[in-house]
Amino acid sequence: MSFSWKRMYVIAKKEVVQILRDPRSLAIVIAMPAILVLLFGYGVNLDQKGLPMYVCDQDSSQQSQDLLKHFQASPYFKIVRVTSNIACVQGALDSGSAKMGIVIPWDFSKRLSEGGSVQVQALVDASDDNTANLLIGYTQGVMQSYSSEVQISWLRHHGQALQSTAINVETRTWYNEDLASSSFIIPGVLALVMSVIGAFLTSLTIAREWERGTMEQLISTPVSATEIMLGKLAPYFVLGMVDTVVCALIALYWFRVPFRGSFLTLLFSSALFMIVVLALGFFISVLAKNQFAASQIALLVTFLPAFLLSGFLFSIEQMPVPLQWFTRIIPARYYVSVLKKIFLKGTPAAMLSSDLIPLAFFALALTILATRAFHKKLT
Amino acid sequence: MMGRLKQMLIKEFIQVFRDKRTRFILIGPPVIQMLVFGYAATYEIQHVPTVVVDLDHSQQSRELVSHFTSSPYFAVREQLTDSRELGDSIERGDATIGIEIHAGFAHSLLKGETAPLQVIVDATNSNTALIASGYVSQIALDFAQSYQQNRINRIAPQLTEMIPTVQLETRPWYNPELRSRWFFIPGIIGSLTLVLVITLTAFAVVREREIGTLEQIMVTPIRPAEFILGKTLPFFLIGLFDVSLIAVVGSLWFQIPFRGHVSILALGAVLFLLCMLGVGLLISTMSSTQQQAMVTAFFFIMPAITFSGFGFPINTMPQWLQYLTYLSPLRYFLVVLRGTYLKGVGMDVLWPQMAAMAGFGVVLLALATLRFHKALD
Repeated sequence: MSFSWKRMYVIAKKEVVQILRDPRSLAIVIAMPAILVLLFGYGVNLDQKGLPMYVCDQDSSQQSQDLLKHFQASPYFKIVRVTSNIACVQGALDSGSAKMGIVIPWDFSKRLSEGGSVQVQALVDASDDNTANLLIGYTQGVMQSYSSEVQISWLRHHGQALQSTAINVETRTWYNEDLASSSFIIPGVLALVMSVIGAFLTSLTIAREWERGTMEQLISTPVSATEIMLGKLAPYFVLGMVDTVVCALIALYWFRVPFRGSFLTLLFSSALFMIVVLALGFFISVLAKNQFAASQIALLVTFLPAFLLSGFLFSIEQMPVPLQWFTRIIPARYYVSVLKKIFLKGTPAAMLSSDLIPLAFFALALTILATRAFHKKLT
Repeated sequence: MMGRLKQMLIKEFIQVFRDKRTRFILIGPPVIQMLVFGYAATYEIQHVPTVVVDLDHSQQSRELVSHFTSSPYFAVREQLTDSRELGDSIERGDATIGIEIHAGFAHSLLKGETAPLQVIVDATNSNTALIASGYVSQIALDFAQSYQQNRINRIAPQLTEMIPTVQLETRPWYNPELRSRWFFIPGIIGSLTLVLVITLTAFAVVREREIGTLEQIMVTPIRPAEFILGKTLPFFLIGLFDVSLIAVVGSLWFQIPFRGHVSILALGAVLFLLCMLGVGLLISTMSSTQQQAMVTAFFFIMPAITFSGFGFPINTMPQWLQYLTYLSPLRYFLVVLRGTYLKGVGMDVLWPQMAAMAGFGVVLLALATLRFHKALD
């Protein structure tokens, strides 16, 4: 029996009717990209400013006040409370109302005037290591500039003129000039959206047909397996592509994420990835047969890898080496890499082959795998 | 009443454990996710690929470069001779950081001027860029500081003993080696529990409805309250089992310290599970097909995790969003998890979290029960 576009079209139409019959799911699916982009665009910002700190000033002298002024001048700190009670600082760290406590010893000004070194303690809540790391860096910056100032004025007092030595680090950040977390995160959200639409939804709808026994009914009609598969997947393909465009538009016009590559390349690579996730979703539904199992497996093999192992949020180079190898069999990895290059770097299409070739390979291999599994199931 | 409830419970357990795949799903994915997540989730940076151009060729510039070479945060791949090559290697993605020392660097230092250090950062990953440039500044600061100290020693050796210096002693509490894993693992325990319990509960009821067995049950003498209890109790127990499983695997495998009291964590877990059961039931009352339930659950799960402080700091979110984070029960459970694991704090600190979860739990379960009654009428 030869492949008939008409029969495929009928299956697709049936699927569309089924999608339209459930307006809430449809609304969510259409709103999903917008929501995910907004969620990550607003919710993920790792550049911390105004971190709450307590100061335990046991000296309360002119000098300790000066030091505090340096902290006040920095945008990274917000002095919530100045106290002389160390237990109060400890309590604040325990409860999380302060991220850091600075302890200025009682002999701070005395030691400074006598000369020699004096120690200031920074107690940092390191339960969040990333914040702690940033805090420690900023604190060291403040302390060193204060220390240098003290030294220069002391030398001047003793008749020695010395200009402060400084190295001015002029940092130029390429590709994402204002270090906006949103520009780094949002392109990758496309991969998440497609995984949800492609694998999640399709595996559910098809598993439903199995569960309810309507798949057997379909098979007993003259429609061939390939026609069923393509017909069922086509509407989701369209939906996924629409979502890609919606995502890209919100990223560009709402969050002002730069877009430096070509739109055609974006569409092409998205279509490739869409085929990958659709084939995966179909494959899963053939294997799982019940909707709960299908949804959980889809979550495990598509959404989670797209979230964790694709470089979307956590950089692959920082993972343990075996895990780095493992990411090579995660299709989302290549798609996220393409997305970041298209959006931020403007890499020309010709230079994307190292990502597009594996993607194309996955698309082909998974389609064959899914078709075979489906055929086998039918016979 | 107890008899009917017992029958219902037996039926639920049979239904869950009958299917080999479902049995696997209750154990396999949570454990796999725990392990993968534990290894993948890190904000730490190490050995960031770096290229250096030294156009000054002075003793000072070489010394500065050696500071970068010896730092564990940077892996200096190459010393280039041309600033154009520097740009190229960042463009190609071979290096994330490019450091350029202009000619005249040592001269400026000697004259007491501010010497510029040119740094190019590939900020495609803004977090890596942020932390790495922090380390660059740190190295530059240290270098300038010790250079200044040397100059003082030279011009006024008699004063060096007396000159005041302020030193910073940092004490990272709760996580002295600043390990990312210590931060993430407790959070993963909470997030995985959330996903599992919500989807499980939401599916269970909707499935009965979709297949039509819900009507069959309703014509038996069972009362709605018994039905709800019979539906939720198994998932509560499964949730409790899973939360313990994930917690044990996570903390033993990744060697996360546990400093608090197990009973406090257990109380937090119970309250959190109540909230999640409430959400799951609520979703099930709003859905007529499993697909709908899944989509709705997803709709709740994503924001609940993103806004919980699980991996993204709450204090950097816009103010209006910060208020919204109070609606995510996970937010409170994470404080309890990190509080008991890392901080070792007790009820005196955690009672507001417990109270919030208890409040949410009661409200959500009550809402679900009300809606469920309505759905049946």
